[in-house]
Amino acid sequence: MSANVLIYCEQRDAALQKVSLELIGKGKELADTLGQKVIAVLLGKNISGLAQELIDHGADEVIYADHDYLADYLTEPFTKAFSAILKEQDPEIVLIGATSIGRDLAPRTAARIHTGLTADCTALDIDPNTKGFLMTRPAFGGNIMATIICPDHKPQMATVRPGVMVVRKKEAHKGVIREFTVDFQPEDINVKILNTVKKSNKRKDITEAKILVSGGRGVGSGENFGALRSLAAALGAEISASRGAVDLEYVEKDRQVGQTGKTVRPDLYFAFGISGAIQHVAGMESSELIIAVNKDAEAQIFQYADLGIVGDLHKVIPKLVDALTAESST
Amino acid sequence: MKIIVCVKQVPDTTEVKLDPVKGTLIREGVPSIINPDDKSGIEAALSLKDQYGAHVTVLTMGPPQADAALREALAMGCDEAILLTDRMFGGADTWATASTIAGALKTMEFDLIITGRQAIDGDTAQVGPQIAERLNLPQVSYVEEFKCEDGKLFLKRQFEDRYQELEVKLPALITTLSELNKPRYMTVGGVFDAYGEDKVKTISYQDIKDHVDVANIGLKGSPTRVFKSFTKSPKALGQFHDGVTTDQAVELIVSKLKEKFII
Amino acid sequence: MDFNLSKEHKLAQELFKKFAEIEVKPLAEETDEKEEFPDSTVKKMAKIGLLGIPFPKEYHGAGGDNMAYAICVEELSKVCATTGVIVSAHTSLCSSPIYEFGTPAQKNKYLKKLATGEYLGAFGLTEPGAGTDSAMQTTTAVLDGDNYVLNGSKFFITNAGKADVYIIIAMTDKSKGTKGCSAFIVEKGYDGFSIGKKEKKMGIKGSATCELIFENCPVPKENLLSTPGSGFKIAMKTLDGGRIGIAAQALGIAQGAIDCTIAYVKERKQFGKRLSQFQNTQFQLADMQTKVDAARLLVYRAAKAKDSGAPYGAYAAMAKLFASETASDVTRRCVQLYGGYGYTREYPVERMMRDAKITEIYEGTSEVQKMVIAAALKVN
Repeated sequence: MSANVLIYCEQRDAALQKVSLELIGKGKELADTLGQKVIAVLLGKNISGLAQELIDHGADEVIYADHDYLADYLTEPFTKAFSAILKEQDPEIVLIGATSIGRDLAPRTAARIHTGLTADCTALDIDPNTKGFLMTRPAFGGNIMATIICPDHKPQMATVRPGVMVVRKKEAHKGVIREFTVDFQPEDINVKILNTVKKSNKRKDITEAKILVSGGRGVGSGENFGALRSLAAALGAEISASRGAVDLEYVEKDRQVGQTGKTVRPDLYFAFGISGAIQHVAGMESSELIIAVNKDAEAQIFQYADLGIVGDLHKVIPKLVDALTAESST
Repeated sequence: MKIIVCVKQVPDTTEVKLDPVKGTLIREGVPSIINPDDKSGIEAALSLKDQYGAHVTVLTMGPPQADAALREALAMGCDEAILLTDRMFGGADTWATASTIAGALKTMEFDLIITGRQAIDGDTAQVGPQIAERLNLPQVSYVEEFKCEDGKLFLKRQFEDRYQELEVKLPALITTLSELNKPRYMTVGGVFDAYGEDKVKTISYQDIKDHVDVANIGLKGSPTRVFKSFTKSPKALGQFHDGVTTDQAVELIVSKLKEKFII
Repeated sequence: MDFNLSKEHKLAQELFKKFAEIEVKPLAEETDEKEEFPDSTVKKMAKIGLLGIPFPKEYHGAGGDNMAYAICVEELSKVCATTGVIVSAHTSLCSSPIYEFGTPAQKNKYLKKLATGEYLGAFGLTEPGAGTDSAMQTTTAVLDGDNYVLNGSKFFITNAGKADVYIIIAMTDKSKGTKGCSAFIVEKGYDGFSIGKKEKKMGIKGSATCELIFENCPVPKENLLSTPGSGFKIAMKTLDGGRIGIAAQALGIAQGAIDCTIAYVKERKQFGKRLSQFQNTQFQLADMQTKVDAARLLVYRAAKAKDSGAPYGAYAAMAKLFASETASDVTRRCVQLYGGYGYTREYPVERMMRDAKITEIYEGTSEVQKMVIAAALKVN
């Protein structure tokens, strides 16, 4: 009979991804409700040293596989190792971070072991009556939330959006650490890694920015984004945009906030000329402070703004830049 | 080279609005589009066709109306289109969708399968990898650049903090990001050709029954179920100012930034 | 009667709309302001087949029809009337007569390149002394060995200087009046063919409108279109078709103005209310949209008639008469709804109002359209 909550703990260059610890935290909560254990799985090369940290964050047991084939992420060897561990462990629940690795590994694995998979969850619960796993996620471009169940297949698998669950406080614990041996064959690798290039931090990724100055269709043109850039410069902020502005090529696609772009939660989010389509809001609503300027008093964005001003961004921004420059010189 | 691009017709989620009273989705009048990541997949296939010559087939699973998405793909330059449609396929989750599409692909010849990374209505990014698994193909997802040389693909695979340069032998499956390219426009000639002769082939369960078990398709073949769906409630209204001058607006913003110790 | 667009027309419309929105609209203001011909847009249009819509594939056209062509001009003109008229003049006034009256050799040599957009086309009928009274042609063409030698000048020619191929109407036999007119295919760069002064216009400022000058310009006799003496008939037929294009342009301008105005009145407040909340605004817009829809039905009827091979001259005249007057009326009223802002170049409606006026004048003034319609009613 299936039991336990199994967490895939992603690491890159032998550094744990924060989402792994978040999932152990959530997994512990779920396991406690079910009266079961948390099992953490680590796949990589020279990564056994990370096991204790997982235990200290709440895992009861760590299973790791260490192999040259697992040195860098590749779908096929990772799927082989992970599926083999799942077959052996027969867990009740499996959680995987919804990173670009998790969202590659999880579906392939779910297909192999024939079970359901719910993507990019933002809330996880146990149904008090059936003890079934309730996996909640945004759907339809963030317009609705859907709770998904997987009643007749085990494990019940979910990928979970990074940044949503809370990391448990680290406490010294004892737990079981065990190596799992995978019977790798040369044909398990059909993709060759020629090179790995880490992204330079020259231009900060918008998900890491403390302040975002974001523009939408209302900005009117790529040139008009110049004003937003001046404001960003005055605040040490990054530029971002709605899908509308990106589709019109005002700014590059990697600046896009929203369901089809990136999810951001900066300390301050400026929304200039952004109407606030729900798919955009889905990507920025958890920002600490949202300031919106829009000509349309009925723009949806005002429902989410901490400070909403009906006005012409083309007039407000230059004056705001002046005011900020004056502030900083006093 | 034979390329099959799998696409999905989706509602344009940026056009979806909530009924402020009922809190339900207003789906009426929302245009259907080819999922953006999938459209980049079409462009990727067509650019391979331009460079090396290739036969590009576009495939979709969906209701009969999904025909419109296929016509658009044909008008962009795809050679052939396949509509996988059957009431038996209805209600499929990603697992059952992948089973069905893989079943259909088993009846076809291909060197490369391209799917978009994820669809904007479901955002799961699962069907591509699950098709690859069902066909036992190597997969590379999150492709943001690629070229083809000597029967091998050279790809740039995106991660949050890095990218990998990969080499993969064909046949293989890749999933593409909309960052990969700017999809071309249809051509007017393409539009008239797309509807001219019947280039869309319809496939039902009967046509693929030897390649996929009936237990693995549609709602019955789906391990997951929607338990419930609901809308999010927007957070409490903040300060709202209408009819202020530009100077007042600037003042409001500056004092807010001071209040929050941002400046 | 089916008032819905066919599936292919809907898909084509989607293409035109998207192209107009992404490629044309961002340049519209600058095109007008700088009076610059949008060369880059023309290249992009060529690439996706907008310059050969109603011609068969055998001549490298899109294999579409006049309906699709009209929808294309309409969608382009919604955001930029200059771009609309470039396509209209090229397609209706140059490519069409070659398609309808040209020999296979002429079609192979010229239509193929016009349809792909490798060549841009223009048409020269109007002269300083022969506008509405187009029978008063003074440009002459005299046969001399293997060439016709052209002398004279043409006025107000759309796409002049930018076009590679021109259909020129000239007198081959003055004694026969209109029956002595002939039509020629003239290439840019022929000896003795030059471009004169560029007009400074009120609207459609990005379109190149110049004089064409012929001074002993030899045109190979195989470039005579149809037979000697059929020039006037060709010109009139050509203008019948051209009117569908101009009617579609007018329709697009009017709809474009309404679309902008609706967005504006929903935003702009006066007396504590949005403009859209005033009944005057609502009634004005209701009235305008009704007229524009009526114009659209007339334009589409004319295009459909041409596609089905039915007589369409009177339909095209009615479409142009009504659509152009609607465009002038609607754009003027839109400026009024905008108020002071509408009069500034900050908003596009003043440009649309200036652009609209020409649709009542070129390719036959409103008065000429009424003559054509009256003739069809046999009341003359």
